[in-house]
Amino acid sequence: MPEIAVIVLSALLFALGGYGAMARKNPLQMFMAIEMMWNAVNLVFIYFAHRFGDVGGQIFVFVVITVAAAEVAIGLGTVVLAFRGREHLDLDELDSLKG
Amino acid sequence: MQTWYVYAILLLPLVGFVLNALFGARLGRAAGWLGTAAVLASFVVSALAFLTGLGGHPASLQTTWFTWVAAGGVAIPFGTLLDPVSLVWALVITGVGGLIHVYSNGYMAEDEGLPRFFAYLNLFVFAMLLLVLASNFLILLIGWAGVGLASYLLIGFWYTRPSAVIAARKAFVVNVVGDLGIMIALFLLIANLGTVTFSGVFGAIAAHHLSPTVIEWTAAMLYLGAMAKSAQFPLHTWLPDAMEGPTPVSALIHAATMVTAGVYLLVRAYPIFHAASIVSGIVLDIGTFTAIFAAVIALTQNDIKRVLAYSTLSQLGYMFMAVGAGLYAAGVFHFLMHAFFKALLFLGAGAVIHAVGGEQDMRKMGGLRKAMPITYLTFLVATLAISGIPPFAGFFSKDMILGELLRSGHTVEWVVGVVTAGLTALYMMRLLYLTFFGEYRGDAHPHEVGPVFTIPLAVLAVLSVVGGFLAIPGGWDVLSRYLGPVLGTYPGGVTSAAVSAPDWGSEVISVAFALGGIALADAMYRRKVLAPSRLRLAFPLFYRLAAHKFYVDEAYDAVVVRPALWLGRVLGDRVDTGIVDGAVRAIATGTVEVGTFFDRLQAGSVRRYTLTLLTGTLLVIAFLALR
Repeated sequence: MPEIAVIVLSALLFALGGYGAMARKNPLQMFMAIEMMWNAVNLVFIYFAHRFGDVGGQIFVFVVITVAAAEVAIGLGTVVLAFRGREHLDLDELDSLKG
Repeated sequence: MQTWYVYAILLLPLVGFVLNALFGARLGRAAGWLGTAAVLASFVVSALAFLTGLGGHPASLQTTWFTWVAAGGVAIPFGTLLDPVSLVWALVITGVGGLIHVYSNGYMAEDEGLPRFFAYLNLFVFAMLLLVLASNFLILLIGWAGVGLASYLLIGFWYTRPSAVIAARKAFVVNVVGDLGIMIALFLLIANLGTVTFSGVFGAIAAHHLSPTVIEWTAAMLYLGAMAKSAQFPLHTWLPDAMEGPTPVSALIHAATMVTAGVYLLVRAYPIFHAASIVSGIVLDIGTFTAIFAAVIALTQNDIKRVLAYSTLSQLGYMFMAVGAGLYAAGVFHFLMHAFFKALLFLGAGAVIHAVGGEQDMRKMGGLRKAMPITYLTFLVATLAISGIPPFAGFFSKDMILGELLRSGHTVEWVVGVVTAGLTALYMMRLLYLTFFGEYRGDAHPHEVGPVFTIPLAVLAVLSVVGGFLAIPGGWDVLSRYLGPVLGTYPGGVTSAAVSAPDWGSEVISVAFALGGIALADAMYRRKVLAPSRLRLAFPLFYRLAAHKFYVDEAYDAVVVRPALWLGRVLGDRVDTGIVDGAVRAIATGTVEVGTFFDRLQAGSVRRYTLTLLTGTLLVIAFLALR
């Protein structure tokens, strides 16, 4: 696979994720979008680790996955707590901290 | 002399103060005797120090308790100095003070604030002892401010009386002016010498390490302090008002001890004042003016305590005449005699006030001679003593000052002093006649006071009779010899003793003036051949001026108080609310405005935050890429 294809694929995935994070009101869907952005980056890491024969990139991917898992655990917990007793999963309803 | 003397003298009254302050309410009347015992014990130790020190060479005992301030090159010890000069003062403070404490047990017996009163009195005695026992100017200043505080507390002792509270505040404010002077003097000494210990400063002056200008300014600032504390014109106005305090306070603080702190300071710092001839001249002139000025006012007052207050001013004038002319031993001598007879006068006046039910107006007294024979007799002794009739105490001390003034060529001051001596006799005999002679004009039932009153009166009366024999013109001069080692350490201290010039001219003239004053008072107030109103009508303007105390208070009101109030109002209403508050409010409003503007960024929409974040990231990337 040519190098450019990987980069373009990764960029598309990242942009798609970014769009999803902004366009969705549902926090679960936003999480999924953000997850997609993580993995777009991971893809680039893995490709270049392979390309340059440097395992550092692969190790970094493990770190990213670990952090992402932690983030999801905390994030989902927060979402469950924040939306307990609400009818819709709509992030725009959470604005009590605005200035 | 042994070191423990100074610890005991200084700390016993402090212990009395602490005990009375903490447990006085539970002790009740016993609090008075506790406070009295503390001061009397201190007196016993002082007397012991005096007796053991006088036998051989009167040594000076310098003790460093600990280093109090150590900053850079300046180290100021917390130190005490017990030498003949401070011992004379310590003896008066604890001795006369002890008698006044005894007397207060009777005078304040029915006052429920008695424990508080004695706590304050003990605090005063401690502060005053600290003042006279200090071995450097900084410790002296602590005592100086301490006696000011005690004076404030005691003048305002009856704090439910508005006049007492106002008088206390006035005394405090005027005294702080003086404290400021001493602080400036301290700064001058530290800046120029790096030391404030007496020995260090005086040694440097003797060795000509200070420029004459600095010496003059230091002396002037020290004199400013002395002027406020010793109520010299024009800072005298607080002392007559201070009579709002209980009478024992007037006797102890505003006659015998605290107001003489200024004299002490000038005697203690005599090497400075000897080197500062301009300031010494001013001290002499202001002292002379205060002496006659206060004596004239005293003639016109009707409140018994106010007459005595102006009399104190006048006598302090004599003391400052002495120290201003370099007659330090004579100044100390007059301080000592004055402490005896003026404390006696105040305690006598207190007994009278007590007997006639709190009345202080002499026009409502009279005829008390028969009702109060002991008080009358002691009061008569004190009156003769202050009038300068031989052989009572005042004759020797006042005439030592006057004689020395004449012989050292201060003729004008001498004339004023002699006239003042005549006026002194006149106003004191007026007081005596109005109070003790004629018919009783009040409506109480005067009675002789008890032994708690009369014993201190009797002791002070004896001292007022025999005290003067410490120095006899043409005879011996025990006091100058005793003070000699201190006053002889540096140049300018030792004055020609009374022994050296047995010249009777001055003495004869001043006694003649005193007798003239007595004769005039006798004609006006006893035989009534010369009505006081005729004199009043003969000099209407002058009488008006004197009766209104020469409008000094009114002048202060116009020159200081009202401009200060005006300035305060302008600063408060215009500058503070307008400019300062305006600036603060502008900052607050501005902050809110800015906050409201940026508030829009925090709309609470997570998706918009994400967009902002992404935009920012893209901008950074673009910036890095295009750089």
